[in-house]
Amino acid sequence: MGITVNGTAVELPDDPRVSLLDLLRDGLHLSGTKKGCDQGACGACTVLVDGQRILSCLALAVQYEGRSVTTIEGLGADGALHPLQQAFIEHDGFQCGYCTPGQICSAVAMIEELRRGVPSHLTVDLAAAAIPCSRDELRERMSGNLCRCGAHNGIMDAIATTYPAETHPGAAE
Amino acid sequence: MSIVDKGKEAVQGIAQAVVKKAVELAPGALLPGGRPDPLIRRQHGHIGKPVSRVDGPLKVRGAAPFAAEVALDGMVYAALAYSTIARGRIAAIDTALAEAAPGVVLVMTHRNAPRLNPPPRFLTGDKAAAGDDSPIMQDDRVRWNGQPVALVLADSQEQADHARSLIRVTYAEEPAATSLPTADGCEVGTFMGEPLRAVVGDADAAFAAAPNKVEAVYRTPRHNHNALELHAATLVWRGDELFVHDATQAVAHTAWSLAQIFGLEEAQVHVGSPFVGGGFGGKGLWPHQILAAAAARLAGRPVRIVLSREGVYRAVGGRSPTEQRVALGADADGRLTAIIHRGVTPKTRHSPMPEPFILPTQSAYAAETIALEVQTCYLDMVANTFMRAPGEAVGTVALECAIDELAERLGMDPIELRILNEPDKDPISGRPFSSRNIVAAYRAGAERFGWDRRNPVPRSRREGEWLVGMGCATATYPYHRMPGGAARITLDAAGRARIDAAAHEMGMGTATTHTQVAADRLGLPLEAVSVRYGDSSLPGVILAGGSQQTASVGLSVMMAHQELVGELLKLAGNDSPLAGLGVDEVESADAGLRKRDEPDRFESYASILARSGRSELAVESSAPMPLETMHWSMHSYGAMFCEVRVNAVTGETRVSRFLGSFDCGRIINPKTAASQFRGGIIMGLGLALMEETQFDERNGRIMTRNLSDYHLPVHLDVPEIDVIWTDIPDPHAPMGARGIGEIGITGTGAAVANAIHNATGRRVRDFPITLDKLL
Ligand code: FES
Ligand code: FES
Repeated sequence: MGITVNGTAVELPDDPRVSLLDLLRDGLHLSGTKKGCDQGACGACTVLVDGQRILSCLALAVQYEGRSVTTIEGLGADGALHPLQQAFIEHDGFQCGYCTPGQICSAVAMIEELRRGVPSHLTVDLAAAAIPCSRDELRERMSGNLCRCGAHNGIMDAIATTYPAETHPGAAE
Repeated sequence: MSIVDKGKEAVQGIAQAVVKKAVELAPGALLPGGRPDPLIRRQHGHIGKPVSRVDGPLKVRGAAPFAAEVALDGMVYAALAYSTIARGRIAAIDTALAEAAPGVVLVMTHRNAPRLNPPPRFLTGDKAAAGDDSPIMQDDRVRWNGQPVALVLADSQEQADHARSLIRVTYAEEPAATSLPTADGCEVGTFMGEPLRAVVGDADAAFAAAPNKVEAVYRTPRHNHNALELHAATLVWRGDELFVHDATQAVAHTAWSLAQIFGLEEAQVHVGSPFVGGGFGGKGLWPHQILAAAAARLAGRPVRIVLSREGVYRAVGGRSPTEQRVALGADADGRLTAIIHRGVTPKTRHSPMPEPFILPTQSAYAAETIALEVQTCYLDMVANTFMRAPGEAVGTVALECAIDELAERLGMDPIELRILNEPDKDPISGRPFSSRNIVAAYRAGAERFGWDRRNPVPRSRREGEWLVGMGCATATYPYHRMPGGAARITLDAAGRARIDAAAHEMGMGTATTHTQVAADRLGLPLEAVSVRYGDSSLPGVILAGGSQQTASVGLSVMMAHQELVGELLKLAGNDSPLAGLGVDEVESADAGLRKRDEPDRFESYASILARSGRSELAVESSAPMPLETMHWSMHSYGAMFCEVRVNAVTGETRVSRFLGSFDCGRIINPKTAASQFRGGIIMGLGLALMEETQFDERNGRIMTRNLSDYHLPVHLDVPEIDVIWTDIPDPHAPMGARGIGEIGITGTGAAVANAIHNATGRRVRDFPITLDKLL
């Protein structure tokens, strides 16, 4: 059994040292997933595994046998851009574009975390059914994705306009 | 510095002096820029529209190919080993285990590296690119702690990394200069052939006699660019030709310099760099590209090299630390009688410049006397280099904090103090300003930010645990346009245009803004214009640095357009409605040419080409020498406003509001420009509050060599940043636009520090302002 990447079954690498990130980039030529540190410090390598965000540089590929990985290349349906990808363009949520795939994958999973009521470090009422999502709550949840170009404002705007229901209920702006 | 280098810098200085003299004698109207660019007046075109990035769809899909993402048949992967001493010799290097490790193709050290010429140091020639001119792996010398001492090639990155870990190096260590007290000599620094020193009157005497004065020392630490993309190159030799997929801000410079190093003709080296994942001054020619090319030649295989994050800290320089003393003297009304800005910064013998922190002070304020000087001391460390707004980023920290301190001493509003001392011409050079609307920027910014709500008494506003304060500072960065700009316009039979220029896209919006500018220039819709860039085979020697790319490419396209119009008129001939008209009588509009005052006399490009039987028409032209900066003092400006909340218990600072009010000439694309401004400001927030490359002065080793220990602003550190601009065109700049890429980082550090002082009453002069300094 191998790994499913963007719906396609691929074989595990022979070398157990190969990270999921290197498998994607070097092995499968899916270079949309970026390497900014290879140490878990920047978020550029964020991909979705069964819908949850992980840092693929800190993951050995062989650990993900049987799991389903979605990368930036697999996010949009039928060649169309995912709405968040479109919003990144509208709101100029990037400059060089190197952190962008990681920001987008991270945000997609982060919204699911909000929907599930997963608290963050900033969440005051851990028992609340719905987390009031202020801008700072969003910022906190995206702080693992660095952007050296400084596109932070555009990234926040893109996320907030794409997911108004999740990012605004009771938002304490 | 070698005698040869000194000679080169002296020659540059003499050449500049000669040109300066010529310019002073020349009438202004003859100068480029003397007749304003006609596009400045154009109001309803594409310029000024918030066009989304043309490369946006590629980037959000992760489909933009960066340097490490090109796959070549038979490619092997490189890993580097770095020295662990600052100075000495490699006594022994044991590579046997590495050579025997699985997958290893080559281990290269100084013993088997091919003979190479020294890298041409940036600024020593018009296409010199190297950040460091030390010989690369040519001898057993160790010149800095972190110098590459061995390179491994293997079939996979994992194999290369493992083999690299098996290399054992023994050193014969020698005493090294790794702190200012142990420096290997100090002298007045030079920058672009000019000494970093300026004197107007006797500033020391005027300062001593001034009734109001402040004097303090400000310190800024080392910084690293930390572009998110790791430095990388994928390269291959085909015969004696070298093809490099690079991540660089200087394709043409890199091609020429690699040719020098490998003893080739310039045309034998091809450098492509269509996308760069952030540069900020750090993506030039460093040892890794040279070593990878050398290894590829030895191994006869294509090579991909990607520096590890630690490798970037070891092998690529950053911004040097500074210690700046600022002394300001003022009369009873607050008019400056003396500005003294002197200090010291380390560099290596092999780097292109000392951090030129006095640059912003040269043109800042009218003062009767001025004394500026950069002392530079030589250390054994990785070569320091250009980082976003070299000079201005850290120079404005000292100057603009000192102005704030003087305002408090005088009991004046800091904005009014600045406006009172606004110069009417350049205080050092005496040249007129091309366009300076800093007062308007302050007035507009103050109103929008609510500056009148600031209580000038420090520590007077408290909300629970939080002390709240406001501060401001001036941002400034010079307009540059470097020699070497060139561009080609190719019109096709359908009347579409392609612009070719060896420019770069690191996120500044180059492709987008030049599509807009060229569309207006040619009278075409955006869809009919494409821009090719990022390849050394394209026209021009165009550095993505000094915030100059837009001016350089913009003027080159303007010159090419003039030639194109001439060619089109020739092709149009006597059967055209344009028959008999000269270049000055026509203009581009509606995908063709028309007579300026008789718009019905029109023929489309497609029609002209069709009638002349041409499938395309290509015209290439270069920009004239940048004499405008010798005639006018040209700078971008900004008024930066910051509100901070400082926790009275923990000392933690949160930036709650920030506004940048800019005066940078005409803004070509408000969407991408706002991102440039914000990006600079955010890097400035880092400079103010958290960024520091920690350097072990005992052994010259960088300790913060990853993105966990070097703190960058993250999402939660970045508030909504408001940006506004005057949009007043500069009549002496192409398109009326001055640079916008670097100015955001200038002034920001001081605005934050001044706000912290207003909030807490504490004046911190030692950057970054971390919480421990506020307890
Ligand atoms: S590359 Fe994985 S977190 Fe930086
Ligand atoms: S867009 Fe360049 S790092 Fe985020």
